[in-house]
Amino acid sequence: MALLNISGLTTVFETATGPVGAVDGASFTLEAGEVLGLVGESGSGKSVSAFSILRLINPPGKIIGGRVEFGGQDLLSLAPRQMRAVRGKDISMIFQEPLSSLNPVQTIGAQVMEPLLIHTSIGKRKARDRALAMLYRVGIPDAESRFDVYPHQLSGGLRQRVMIALALVCEPKILIADEPTTALDVTIQAQILALLKDLQSELGMAILLITHDLGVIAEVADRVAVMYAGQIVESAPVQAIFDDTAHPYAAALINSIPDRTRQARRLIAVKGNIPDPRHLPPGCRFAPRCGFAQPSCVTTVQKLTALDPTHATACMRVQAGELARPIPTLTPELPHG
Amino acid sequence: MFAFIVRRLLTIPITILLVVFVTFIVLRVTGDPVQIYLDINATPEQTALLRERLHLDEPLIVQFGLFLWDVLRGDFGMSLQFATPALPVVLGRLGATIQLVSVALLFAFVFGVAGGIVAALRKDRLPDFLLSALAVAGQSMPSFWLGILLIQTFALDLKWLPTSGTGSWQHLILPAVTLATFLLPNFILITRTTVLETRSELFLTTARSKGASESSIMFRHLLPNAINPVLSFLGLQMGRLVGGSIITETIFAWPGIGSLMIRSIFQRDVPVVIAAVFIVSIAIVLANLLVDILQSLIDPRMRLD
Amino acid sequence: MKHSMFGKKLKMRLGGGIVIAVILMAIFAPLLAPHDPYDQDLMSRLIPPFWNAQGDWTYPLGTDNFGRDMLSRLIYGSRLSITVGVAAALLACTMGTILGMWAGYSGGYAETAIMRLADAQLAFPDILLAILIVAAVGGSALNLILVLGLSGWTVYARVMYNMTRSIRERPFVEAAVSHGARSAYIIRQHIFPQLIPVLTVVATLQVAQMILQETALSFLGLGLPPPTATWGNMLAEGRDRMWAAPWISNLSGVAIIILVWGINMLGNGLREHLDPNQRGRQ
Repeated sequence: MALLNISGLTTVFETATGPVGAVDGASFTLEAGEVLGLVGESGSGKSVSAFSILRLINPPGKIIGGRVEFGGQDLLSLAPRQMRAVRGKDISMIFQEPLSSLNPVQTIGAQVMEPLLIHTSIGKRKARDRALAMLYRVGIPDAESRFDVYPHQLSGGLRQRVMIALALVCEPKILIADEPTTALDVTIQAQILALLKDLQSELGMAILLITHDLGVIAEVADRVAVMYAGQIVESAPVQAIFDDTAHPYAAALINSIPDRTRQARRLIAVKGNIPDPRHLPPGCRFAPRCGFAQPSCVTTVQKLTALDPTHATACMRVQAGELARPIPTLTPELPHG
Repeated sequence: MFAFIVRRLLTIPITILLVVFVTFIVLRVTGDPVQIYLDINATPEQTALLRERLHLDEPLIVQFGLFLWDVLRGDFGMSLQFATPALPVVLGRLGATIQLVSVALLFAFVFGVAGGIVAALRKDRLPDFLLSALAVAGQSMPSFWLGILLIQTFALDLKWLPTSGTGSWQHLILPAVTLATFLLPNFILITRTTVLETRSELFLTTARSKGASESSIMFRHLLPNAINPVLSFLGLQMGRLVGGSIITETIFAWPGIGSLMIRSIFQRDVPVVIAAVFIVSIAIVLANLLVDILQSLIDPRMRLD
Repeated sequence: MKHSMFGKKLKMRLGGGIVIAVILMAIFAPLLAPHDPYDQDLMSRLIPPFWNAQGDWTYPLGTDNFGRDMLSRLIYGSRLSITVGVAAALLACTMGTILGMWAGYSGGYAETAIMRLADAQLAFPDILLAILIVAAVGGSALNLILVLGLSGWTVYARVMYNMTRSIRERPFVEAAVSHGARSAYIIRQHIFPQLIPVLTVVATLQVAQMILQETALSFLGLGLPPPTATWGNMLAEGRDRMWAAPWISNLSGVAIIILVWGINMLGNGLREHLDPNQRGRQ
């Protein structure tokens, strides 16, 4: 029984010209203790999915469909007070921009203490001790003297650690990490990822890792779900995504990773742009850019279907056996440069 | 923090120097000082005495130096109305003005910020429209006319409150409300703007993701971040506050510095005018300092300066 | 999706309409006013406006203490309010913009001196300056304009300073400099055009401020001496007669509010129009 089961999640944004879909019937699961990577380009709906799980979507956004099952309840149907009891305690989140995501006028110590004061009744002094311990645990040297420091006085890497501390201080079962390393220097990225992996095994929690960077996925994830234009197009164990790719978009993504062993070739971009959410084809949304598309791809509705117990794809042609797996990551049809 | 205050205090002398300089220029240089201090019926002896006292035969620099020296010693000359030294006369009226101004400021701030928050939270709906329209109307209105209207309504028609003067807390209400309306509309509008801007800040989402309640988010996260522009604005409004208090005191015959200044102008009691201007300027500078300190207490990033 | 009824278009049209109406009224005052605003008729003192039982259609809005027609005085009064308001705002705008741009562009001593001066002037509010000047040289239209103009320049200076500074850093300015363009050219061609929208908004709103301040100064007796027909003077005259003849101050008050409200609405509408943050909503 999955720890977190998301089915048919649909979130839209109201605009002057009508609702625009950001997430459209996305379904994926998160097992206890695993790291699931949610991958896609900007605008694919991966961040919106993450925010939807904790119901952090503000107007003009609105979750209009689906279920988010956690602990036997559908989070989307909880009353606000019940939802608040989940946030920060059972499910926590860390965000992309550590500077703007921390309250500039509050000390970092106070910010790490806040979840404890909200969800437990241990009192200020004990909360302070536990917050301090957490700051040490996330690798902030000299945490004691830094406890009353303000976010702007710290470097980016330290700020991200503070965010991790405040998210984990109540030892949640799930951590949602929205592009946690994108805004950081490359060397710091590696440290933060290592820290997350470390804490994950120590606390036994599951991580939903949102990223556009397949390199990060390869490093840290156990399973991967690939998202395109608001839909999940493939989900598989991490090895299978790379070795047994079952969707042309996933293949194209992998293909676009700059690889030093292929120095002779130029960077291969995925041609075209993500579709305008207001004008989506009824069938496969990737078809206009797909090197393997048939005319029927554009008109037939695609559904995420399991190929085997751990691997699912939305590509009609792969399901029908017309396209062989693994989809070659370098084909004549995919343009060069 | 201490260093911050000290640094701020050090800029005061420069400002004061400037104030004295401008006062000097206006009073000694733009017109004939004799005409200013005395009227047409002055006798030649009075004129000669004045010329000597003001050292009008000396070069301007010397005059300024002597003027400055006098000011620094607190010697502004004798009040022509009261035949006593000018400075103590002014200082004696300081208390009444401070009383009026602080009550009005408190009123304007509390209701202004509260109104701005409500308008922001109910943006584009009826409460917002009403509050914003009211605020713009308030900005467009000569507040002293409101004072007159208030007197007409509450003092003359309804006879609930006295028309002028001091004595009891009832005497304070109308003047304080009138003075508050000089600032209230702008407080509402500014607060509305900053709350709206702060609403989209990412750290509020973080707070929400921790499970914080909406009221906790408003009062511990949003407001402390939104309040500083309001305080900055307050600092800039000191001038309006002074102007407003002069007018209010005149309407309600409130015995403060403002009404003293106006009366002294018409009485041609120049020493008192100069002394009053000087005191008010210092008060403004100190008030600004207070606002700066308050701001840096709330937002630690401002301590860097 | 809710669209605010009270959006910027309404503001600009309504505000603009009022402003234009008042300007026309001021220009065509001799044609519109039924009487000479300075014509005293002591037999017709303190007649109430027409909606009152004792009113008289010869004097539609009543008369004041000297028997002068309120309507005519109000119409002529608009001339002064607008003239002083606009002239003072122009003066402040010109001074402030030049100094602000100079400070923002040159930096160094100019920057420090000018901005310090602006800061120091905070301690010297316009009222105090007006008090001093009137105490020294008496009240007149020119003095009013000077006083208000001199007191208002700091707003422009600060805004222009900040904007100039941020624009100066932008790559296209650097490019121009590297091509050998002279400072004046850069300011005129590149920087100034970007400042115009903000300038327009600030100036518009400031005219409203100036008018209010002129009113206040006149009310205190620091403006044009009576019998000049200014709305501020009329308010002051009315103050002593609040019980017996409230219309004297109330009508002037209403006139002021309408004009200033119109200008403010126009200015706010303009500001929303030019502010990218608020654009999406409309």
